[in-house]
Amino acid sequence: MEIIKTDVAIVGAGGAGLRAAIALAEADPKLRIALISKVYPMRSHTCAAEGGAAGVIKSDDSLDLHFNDTVGGGDWLSDQDAVEYFINEAPKELTQLEHWGCPWSREPNGSVAVRPFGGMKIKRTWFAADKSGFHILHTLFQTSLKYPSIQRFDEYYATDLLVEDGRCQGLTALEIRNGEMKQFQAGAVIIAAGGGGKMFPFTTNGNIKTGDGMALAYRAGTPLKDMEFVQYHPTGLPNNGILLTEGCRGEGGILLNKDGRRYLQDYGMGPETPVGQPVLKTMELGPRDRLSQAFWGEQQKGNTVKTPWGDCVLLDMRHLGEKKIDERLPLVRDLCISYLGKDPVKEPIPIRPVVHYMMGGIHTDVQAATRLPGLFAAGECACVSINGANRLGSNSLTELLVFGRRAALSAMAHLQSNPTPSSDAALAAKAKASQNRIQALFDKSDGTESIAGLRQEMMDTMEANVGIYRTGEGLAAACEKISELRRRYANITLTDKSRVYNTDLMQALELGSMLDCAEAVTVGARDRKESRGAHQRLDFTARDDENLLKHSLAHYHPTEPPRIEYLDVVITKSQPGIRDYSGAKK
Amino acid sequence: MSELQKRQIQLEVLRYNPETDTAPRYQTYSVPCLNEWVVLDALNYVKDHIDPTLSYRWSCHMAVCGSCGMMVNGEPKLACKAFIHEYGDQIKVEPMANFPIERDLVTTVEDFITKLASVKPYLIPKSDQPISAGEFKQTPAELKKFKQYTLCINCMLCYAACPQYGLVPEFLGPAAISMAHRYNQDSRDGGRDQRQEVIATDEGVWECSFVGACSEVCPKHVDPAGALQQVKVASTIDWYKEHLMPWVKK
Repeated sequence: MEIIKTDVAIVGAGGAGLRAAIALAEADPKLRIALISKVYPMRSHTCAAEGGAAGVIKSDDSLDLHFNDTVGGGDWLSDQDAVEYFINEAPKELTQLEHWGCPWSREPNGSVAVRPFGGMKIKRTWFAADKSGFHILHTLFQTSLKYPSIQRFDEYYATDLLVEDGRCQGLTALEIRNGEMKQFQAGAVIIAAGGGGKMFPFTTNGNIKTGDGMALAYRAGTPLKDMEFVQYHPTGLPNNGILLTEGCRGEGGILLNKDGRRYLQDYGMGPETPVGQPVLKTMELGPRDRLSQAFWGEQQKGNTVKTPWGDCVLLDMRHLGEKKIDERLPLVRDLCISYLGKDPVKEPIPIRPVVHYMMGGIHTDVQAATRLPGLFAAGECACVSINGANRLGSNSLTELLVFGRRAALSAMAHLQSNPTPSSDAALAAKAKASQNRIQALFDKSDGTESIAGLRQEMMDTMEANVGIYRTGEGLAAACEKISELRRRYANITLTDKSRVYNTDLMQALELGSMLDCAEAVTVGARDRKESRGAHQRLDFTARDDENLLKHSLAHYHPTEPPRIEYLDVVITKSQPGIRDYSGAKK
Repeated sequence: MSELQKRQIQLEVLRYNPETDTAPRYQTYSVPCLNEWVVLDALNYVKDHIDPTLSYRWSCHMAVCGSCGMMVNGEPKLACKAFIHEYGDQIKVEPMANFPIERDLVTTVEDFITKLASVKPYLIPKSDQPISAGEFKQTPAELKKFKQYTLCINCMLCYAACPQYGLVPEFLGPAAISMAHRYNQDSRDGGRDQRQEVIATDEGVWECSFVGACSEVCPKHVDPAGALQQVKVASTIDWYKEHLMPWVKK
């Protein structure tokens, strides 16, 4: 097996991975950086983010306000030391991106423009039309090309971390084009491999979002945190889950039920605001969890619009006019016309909530360090946690930058502590075990389970039982089913035995990752007997700060469900309070 | 609303596995489709229900990640934006033209990545400014000058369409040159001279024969052909300034 020696190995080359790589290259040009990704960097799912990135820059805004919006939006499950660090670094990181050429939309005077977003008290979302994530990703990727010390390993699938002497010292990865296993020996590893929304059938997430990075860390013995918190974005196209940015509502779009009523006023987010004059932090600019829950309420009442794709509500943007839609929301218009045959300039767009983002992930501290020395994580795959029980729109793009860089700095500090590498033989033995695990998939020919079949059963289970509202009964059934699927997974067979670009193998490995993560989600959700943020239980409808103002930590077991441990939330200055998104007080 | 319309299509797919095939071959799958599907949905149906050995790249399913470029009935298309309702019942899918086939619909794209990197596609600031000094100012009009060229998703359909790239593999090609042009036109940038060394060459813009196929197939309306012509004009002006009016600074 070829051994590639490097100082820092980064798994994932989206926003967080690229930001980490650049931070390392800038800090010390002599560092050897291996940037490993199962896709070319510009294919990473950061590209699909639309609305923008939050950071305090305008004179009417303040860091305290961003702090309060984030912590309240997260239903007080955010670690406040992490939020503090995040909001302080956010403007610097967004300005840095501007200096690297990001084409942010501008005010007439040439300064960066900001737009309103859900749950934010002040306009603070930097945006590049409605292609913000795309531009951030490409700006980072193109900037990374400046640095010869960033060595890319495009289309390499990371299979296992190499843990020896209690430290993470590298990983194994398959070169997808030829099926060869490579051993990366590294002083530190950063995981920045995104979320796992593909465990659900109806999601804004791309095909690559299969929780591989989360599973990589989880299987190596470091816990996943708060996995039960899965965000539904309130406005997805009903036929395929394509995201219509929150910017639609930020610019003034309104939500209507079948009777044309702005139903959000019936869910504690009223009174109704004037059409076309959005008021921050109320009605359509409430947070995502509340808006998705209101959809569910309308569905229960029979107030939704029946469409061939199921129950929908309507996103009406007609009053914005063609000019504003083309200037601020050109992608949204194109997506609606292309994929649904409806022009938002001319008619309301049927939409429904869609799985979008995982608040949970690899447990890290505010330094982006995991409990496993030498292993760091950033981005959606990580849980710092700034997002708590419900992420506010436009915090995640900024999070990639702030904590991507933070992970790089922490990895450097770890290298400077000069950890002695374990013996080559010991690491090689670990790598060999990983290779054998993959080889076993090729050798097995008597399996009876199909990859697509198990995946479908997993998705159906998650959709039916782990949605916007959950019950103890449904979650217990889901836990049992996912456990069963994990057992049956041992009995899959590859149809494709080729070594060259074998996507059957990729799908098998991805399914393994998703099942591991899905079990952490379902068990975490079953055991959290309260309703908080995106985790809503019909059998435990109240928030329980006395017992559950805590993070859940899921510890992996190869054959059993995870053991759940609880960890106190870091509270520095904001005591849990009422999340009030009614407009009355304004 | 009415029920969704269903159709049965014959999907003819180019297959090639270098481990077992001596030459590419075609395989036809009969796929039950919804009329609102895209070709990618049909491929996914094949992968999940008929033939798990079929290889192709895809991710976002919304025409922004640029993974799923391929030839659909001979034209370079994103499979996620090639709508079934725009085709008859026979649809032929092949890997992107002008790129070596790695396997099935997967092509080797290293050549493009290398070329993109060669044009220095990053901001080379006119003046250094610390982050603490805030953002560079840029008016909406200055942004508009290059915005269109930032929209390239690197899908490489323009390379698959470019007859010149097919004939002369050294040609830098549409996307790489328009990305250089994007930074050259950015009011914050001062790196044009460095990029000109790469793009104002025989393998650069002067290789382009201005067929314009690149702009026709671009799913993001970047208009690389327009960028190339602008680079040609600017390079010609440079030449005249240098040779006929040496006293005028570029």
